[in-house]
This record gives sequence, structure tokens and C-alpha cells, in this order.
Amino acid sequence: MSYGPQPWLQQHWDLRAAANFALGGTGAGLVLASALAMPAPRYALALGLTLIACGLGAVWLEIGRKLRVLHVFLNPKTSWMARESLAALVLFALGVAALVRSEPWLLGATALAALAFVYCQARILRASKGIPAWRAPEAVPLLVTSALAEGAAAALFFETVPLALPLLGAAVIARAIAEYRYWSAVKRLRCASALERPRQALLMLGTLAPLVLILGIEVIPFAALLAAATVIGTGWWFKFVLVTRAAFNQGFALPHLPVRGAR
Amino acid sequence: MTRWAMIADLRRCVGCQTCTAACKHANATPPGVQWRRVLDMEVGEYPDVKRAFVPVGCMHCADPPCMHVCPSTATRQRADGIVTIDYDLCIGCAYCAVACPYQARYKTDRAEFAYGAAPMQSEEARFDARRLGVATKCTFCVERIDAGCAQGLKPGVDPEATPVCVNSCIAQALHFGDVEDPQSNVSQLLAENQSFRMHEELGTGPGFYYLWDRK
Repeated sequence: MSYGPQPWLQQHWDLRAAANFALGGTGAGLVLASALAMPAPRYALALGLTLIACGLGAVWLEIGRKLRVLHVFLNPKTSWMARESLAALVLFALGVAALVRSEPWLLGATALAALAFVYCQARILRASKGIPAWRAPEAVPLLVTSALAEGAAAALFFETVPLALPLLGAAVIARAIAEYRYWSAVKRLRCASALERPRQALLMLGTLAPLVLILGIEVIPFAALLAAATVIGTGWWFKFVLVTRAAFNQGFALPHLPVRGAR
Repeated sequence: MTRWAMIADLRRCVGCQTCTAACKHANATPPGVQWRRVLDMEVGEYPDVKRAFVPVGCMHCADPPCMHVCPSTATRQRADGIVTIDYDLCIGCAYCAVACPYQARYKTDRAEFAYGAAPMQSEEARFDARRLGVATKCTFCVERIDAGCAQGLKPGVDPEATPVCVNSCIAQALHFGDVEDPQSNVSQLLAENQSFRMHEELGTGPGFYYLWDRK
């Protein structure tokens, strides 16, 4: 590893951490979408919770002291990771209850917990002051809207209810706007070259293509499923790159050089 | 109120890395882990090139992002400003490592030694399994400070109570002391010289100052 003054790629969080953002985001989005748009959301809800559990399991594989995992709850006062863990705990409790008894208020509470979970997840990156691509405030709406879009897309694999398609359309447009704002904030940073391709894919394949597919759902075979796949795939690709390949630190910089000798 | 701080006089540092070696010796850090390291920076283009040697490590920030993000409360800040890690609480999530703007934190998952799998006698004697799988960083040699203070010694003045990197510096480029005490060595140096702190714009309030010119 180089310890030079120029920024270098962080080596601490790898694909396992990225998987938490991808799977957790889609899972939470699916929980939200199922509560908002699906009349019989049981299977979608179960899949959403499973995705979140897989994401958390992936990040558990990354921690150095796995048997101390319960310590993750000790600092909700300031740590977004502790808050995310607590939100997950509440989400799973409510989610399992909603699976057993599909009452509207339970579904609503589960959706709120899912929203809290994904917000905490986004704030985890925002609080990482060492990584300029993560600490940009614009990363928070991008991750939240991406989770909503991925969740709405995942809901299409279950049933195409009248509300699901408008929800997906609104979510991908919101994600594209959030991505544009995020890109405006980071395009001059070291991470920009790594993000270039996934952001193009997010805009073209993850936004325009699904919108076209939604509009042509009556004539294009498997349009809804294709749209869902592109929204989820591009969202995951962007997050994997953001966490692993765009995560340059700030390096070191001297505002003044030492003045030596006679002047 | 005491606030321990370190000063690196960039005009004096010659990049000899003695502080790095002294730190590794004192803290028995494994290969690849340098709690105190010295950057060799080259600035400008030929023929107008300047070179600076910049000691870096944990800055013991006044508002440490590593402490705020730590989910387990393993990272804490003492009243005297020193940022500590409780190796028995840390879960090794490395969130602190990505939150630190100074790349001061390390995590070593496996025991590693200088010459392969088998430790040298000194490494074996000083091996600490508690440091595996958790975050580690410069401690400002907090044990030396505490033991020294308990004996009535003054950190930054008495070598027995001073971080080893400061003691070892061949050019007297590194200094340590109480920045809240206007009579201390570090306060005097800051009063007489122009200084800056690394990435000050991030608002972390580093406890590590760099001198670059006289006033």
C-alpha cells in the first residue's frame, strides 16, 4: 500500500460491505413498496426481509471480531451504524409480526422502519469523513431514492398492480435527479473516473430504459420484468463501485511548505 | 484543563524515519502497521521542486469522527484530548478507519511477524492477541504519559513521560506538551511560529500542529 500524499483507495470495506448497501437497500425498498403498493404483500415482505438479512450477514463476515457483534448496538447516540442496527432490529420485529398478521397498521409501521433503516444506511456513508465520495451530503438522497427505485422494481417480480408501475416511474426519476445532484458534487474529485460508467448506466439503462419499457408495457414482452432488472442491476453496480472502487481517501496536503534557510 | 498536542516542525524534519522505528519498537506493531509514519512529499515541477517530510498519524482530534461513528463505544476521548481504543469492546468493523481523514487507523486480522510465520523472540514476548481483528492507532504513548504524570514528571519535558517518537527525533522536529498551558513548550512554539493543521477545513480540530515558518 502506498502512503504517499495523493489519495489512494481505502482497503477496509470491500464487496461484503458493498453487499450490505445493495441488498439492504433493495430489501428495505421492497418492504416499503410492498406496504405501499401491494394488496397481498406477504411474499414480497418476506423477500425484502431476507435481502436485508443477507446484507447484514455479508457485513458481519467483514468484521474482525464476529462474536462481539452485539456491541454494534452500544452507541446509538452518535453512530449511524449502531442506529442502522437498531432500525434493523425494529424492522425485523415488525416485519415478522406483519407476516403473521397482515394488518394495515403493522405494514405501515414496518414500512416506516424500512425507511429508517435505509436512511441510517445512507448516513453511514455520509459520516465517513475520510472518503470524499461518501461524505458528500448528496449521497444520502441518492442512496435513499435508489433503495426506493430498487424496491419498487423488485415488487414487479411479484405482481403488476396498478400502483406499482407509477411508483417505479416516480422512483427512478427521483433517483436520476439525486444522481445528477450527487455527480455535480463529486465530478471534480478523484472518484469521478471510477463512477463514470456506472452513472451512465444508471441514467441510460436504469432510468430511460425502464421508463420506455413501462410506457410500452402493453406491446413489449416481459417489459415489467426487464424494467425491474435494469433498475436493480444498475443500482447495485453503482453502489458496488461507490463502496469499493470510488472510495478514495483525501490523501494529505500541505497548505504551506516549510521555509528553510535565509530569506 | 490539559490538552495534549504534538508539533512537527517541517523545517527541521529530515525524513529519517527514526520516529517510525521508535514507535514500532515501543508499541510492537506488526509489519505494515505504522502508527507514526513520515511522508516524503515532493511539490512542484523541475526545476522548481521542493521536498517536505511530514510526520503523520492519529491527530487526536478535538472532534474525532472516528469516535462519533464507532458503533461499540470502543473509541473514546479522554478529558486530556487523547483518543483511545478499548480493544475488548471493538468489533473490528473498520468504520472508524474509513471515517478518519488522516488514514491513521489499522486493522490486522492475522498475526504477522517481520520474518514470516514464526515470531522472533522479542515479537513473541510482546505479542498481544487483543489487537487482532480490531482497530489500532497511535496512542500518544498514553501509558508513558500516565505513568510519568503519576511520578510527577512533565510530558514533553521529561523523556520518561513523553511519547517515544518525540524522544527519538534526531532533529528535534517533534515536540509534545499541553497546548492549554501558555507556558508549555508547545504553546511557546506555536506563539513564535506560523503553523497549520492537516485538513483543517474538515473541522475535526486535530491535536497535531505543523510549523512551517517563523512569525
